[in-house]
Amino acid sequence: MSDQATGSPYAPHTPAETEAMLAAVGATDLEDLFDVPESVRFDGKFDIPARSERETTQAVARRLDRNEDLVEFLGRGHYDHYVPAVVDHLADRQEFLTSYTQYQPEIAQGFLQALFEYQSILVELTGLPVANCSMYDAATALGEAATLADRVRDVSGSRVLVPDLLRDEKRSVLENYAAGADLTVETYPTAAANVDVDALADAMGEDVALVYAESPTVRGTVEERPGDVGDLAADHDALFCLGTDPVAMALLEEPASVGADVVVGDAATLGLGSAYGMGLGLFATREDYLRQVPGRLVGASEDATGRRAYTLTLQTREQHIRRERATSNICTNQAWVALRTAIHAALLGAEGLHDLAVDCVERARSVADRLDAVEGVQAPVDDRHHFREFVAHTDQPASAIAADLRERGIAVHALGEDEIQVCVTETNADATDRLVDAVGEVA
Amino acid sequence: MDHDQARWTEDDRRYEPLLAEKDRTTVDVDGTDAGLPDDLTRDTLTVPQLSEPEVARHFTRLSQMNYGVESGPFPLGSCTMKYNPSFTEDLAARPAAGVHPDRGDQSVQGTLAVMHDLADYLGRIAGMDAVSLQPPAGAAGEFAGVLIAKAYHEHNGEDRSEIVVPDSAHGTNFASAAMAGFDVVEVPSGEDGRLDLDALGAAVGPETGALMLTNPNTLGLFERDIEAAAEIVHDAGGLLYYDGANLNALLGRARPGDMGFDVMHYNVHKTFATPHGGGGPGAGPVGVSEELAPFLPAPRVRETDEGDYEHFEPEHSIGKVHGFQGNWLVLVKAFAYIARLGDAGLADASAMAVLNANYLASQIDYEVPFGPFHHEFVASAGDQDAADVAKRMLDYGVHPPTTKWPEIVDEALMTEPTEVENRRSLDRLADAFDAVAAEDDETLVSAPQRTSARRIDQVSAAREPRLSWRALEE
Repeated sequence: MSDQATGSPYAPHTPAETEAMLAAVGATDLEDLFDVPESVRFDGKFDIPARSERETTQAVARRLDRNEDLVEFLGRGHYDHYVPAVVDHLADRQEFLTSYTQYQPEIAQGFLQALFEYQSILVELTGLPVANCSMYDAATALGEAATLADRVRDVSGSRVLVPDLLRDEKRSVLENYAAGADLTVETYPTAAANVDVDALADAMGEDVALVYAESPTVRGTVEERPGDVGDLAADHDALFCLGTDPVAMALLEEPASVGADVVVGDAATLGLGSAYGMGLGLFATREDYLRQVPGRLVGASEDATGRRAYTLTLQTREQHIRRERATSNICTNQAWVALRTAIHAALLGAEGLHDLAVDCVERARSVADRLDAVEGVQAPVDDRHHFREFVAHTDQPASAIAADLRERGIAVHALGEDEIQVCVTETNADATDRLVDAVGEVA
Repeated sequence: MDHDQARWTEDDRRYEPLLAEKDRTTVDVDGTDAGLPDDLTRDTLTVPQLSEPEVARHFTRLSQMNYGVESGPFPLGSCTMKYNPSFTEDLAARPAAGVHPDRGDQSVQGTLAVMHDLADYLGRIAGMDAVSLQPPAGAAGEFAGVLIAKAYHEHNGEDRSEIVVPDSAHGTNFASAAMAGFDVVEVPSGEDGRLDLDALGAAVGPETGALMLTNPNTLGLFERDIEAAAEIVHDAGGLLYYDGANLNALLGRARPGDMGFDVMHYNVHKTFATPHGGGGPGAGPVGVSEELAPFLPAPRVRETDEGDYEHFEPEHSIGKVHGFQGNWLVLVKAFAYIARLGDAGLADASAMAVLNANYLASQIDYEVPFGPFHHEFVASAGDQDAADVAKRMLDYGVHPPTTKWPEIVDEALMTEPTEVENRRSLDRLADAFDAVAAEDDETLVSAPQRTSARRIDQVSAAREPRLSWRALEE
């Protein structure tokens, strides 16, 4: 048996077995099997010591545990909702976790059906008939929406319009996707964090391929005129892409009913929790664009017994068949996160989803009101309805307040010179008294 | 070896019913519940409303109708389906790993330490000077790498429009190059299944931004002329890109950086044993030479003089390819795997992977052209249809190889057993190949018989796409 000092603990060959196998292939030494010219052979060391499982666990845990144990009131595109334990236990079943993409559907019906359920839940939430079974994250999904617009639009046009408040990171990803298709990204103004519809109208033209807006916005406001944005886009034969998430969609206007052609966002707000930005790119669109959709799609069919069965479908859009003419280069995606999202959504059900969304509005409002009562703080800054989070003005410098809060075990966003942003979900709601008290001490 | 996969059957039309067939609950959404004006909220929401035990049973049944690495052999060529150590899952699940990406560097020193050390390990393993962990998959790593090549040339005042790719390359290479705005120039393979230097010389020129190459290639063959190929590309001013999909063949034996590659991606869900998760998430870190380090995605992590870690922006960064820092939880698992194996374990993993591929190739009845192999080989199903062969193999309790690709081999069976199978397991796998090889076409086309579902009609699935509960009702 290999052991940790001499080999991989997961390569189960005995020395005798190795000898016999070498003999079977006509080799005397393992090194003979490597057809590597001497001039590029590596004879150095990585200097990475082998460790036992226990030692490895301790070494990795020791590093991770250097992270401070803070109560996070953080959002701005990455959210921490409580994930029930059964989601972990079901998703960690090895038949799911260690399986591959379902290129042999007869032996992978379970995962295919789970992805079909995921797609179906997103169809219910968005009102759009086509949802793929994942992109990497919200930012790359937005990038894919821009290139989709470039492919499907009847008239030529190269401008992608995004709100001036868009996170720099998301914009950077979008620009990288857009550049290859010769699209340029421009901003339009916002007013109190929502779309300034008149200013957007001024920015529109026939050369606009895609208009992007978010609801809730990055400052937590609920967009009040998404339908007007959709109309503006439609009037100019541009696509309207709406950024949102599954929890918000359980309460806010259905994207299809406000004219969204594409819906993107982080679907991992259900199912994953805080994961240092790891997410699940939601991507839903209209039937018209079905054959231009990026990523994998699961469809229903029948098997030889006449029973309903599932399979990856419309694969001629994808890179392994269409190569440089594929709708996207994506191959490995976020399937397992989509499974988690489907399980979490199924656990919540219609009532649980709705109630969670209502909580997101009420908690943000309640905590904003309480912070507004603190001297030196005005909240919310934006005179809008909020979802999960809001921005507060601080008389003291925001960075100093954030630093002082960290000393008290609390993390908030500091924006610019005199604004902090606070996000409240069920995972930190029990610490809001602490937050309000601490802000009272430092503001 | 036999295998009957679990099969939950509801009636003569369905296996396990859909959630929406178990329940559909519609709630009226009233904005006043949340104090929102009614015109800002939807009217109704329809989603199944089931109890936790019902949901648990539903997804447990679905899991039983799926096949993972712990179910049995999984020799999918080019996919490196090795065993995924369970302890790495527990590490990724630690509360300390679940932090928000907008926290200040000082409060996430643990996360930054893991990222710093993993990037360092990856650099040493492949001979690269700097590594970014941001790309969330192999194809995203390719996209980042190609953008780096583009930015590098533009920085030098050159506008190069072409990426050269061998015909045997992964489809993602072509697609990633096109997504970055390059034209793709395809080079035919030589008679021996390797890069044809004359064809390469003809394809490479002043427009060449980079050559993308997998080594060993998708036939499992080491590109022996790699140094000459590098010289051709470099002399023309182009860069050499290494597709890391097959890195499991070379650990401790050869490094892309030493072969002349300037930029590469790693597939940690292949080489470094993080689970494939039914299609993802993976992670596709990108490594570069010192000259290209200023172009890496932002931000990177570095160690300060005080021994702390901090983010920094590379001078000429291409910007971002993921909204945050990539698939962080996957990176934790990869770090744990590398830290567990160390030099000796990594070198052994490659040796046993290569031994297993050669041994299995020698034991099966199907013809195996080309060679010598490394981590994988491509057999030919000959007169049989490779897709049917794969379906029939499912009945023998093994996952079949990748089929019909690369096209350079007729009816290809691309097979990568990885290091995790022992001789007994490989002998059983060979028995499955040989049993199928001896069967008639009628048996093959009526396979599989013993999987949860029988042969599925792919054509009607694509002709009449039904992609959701709603579509099934129409």
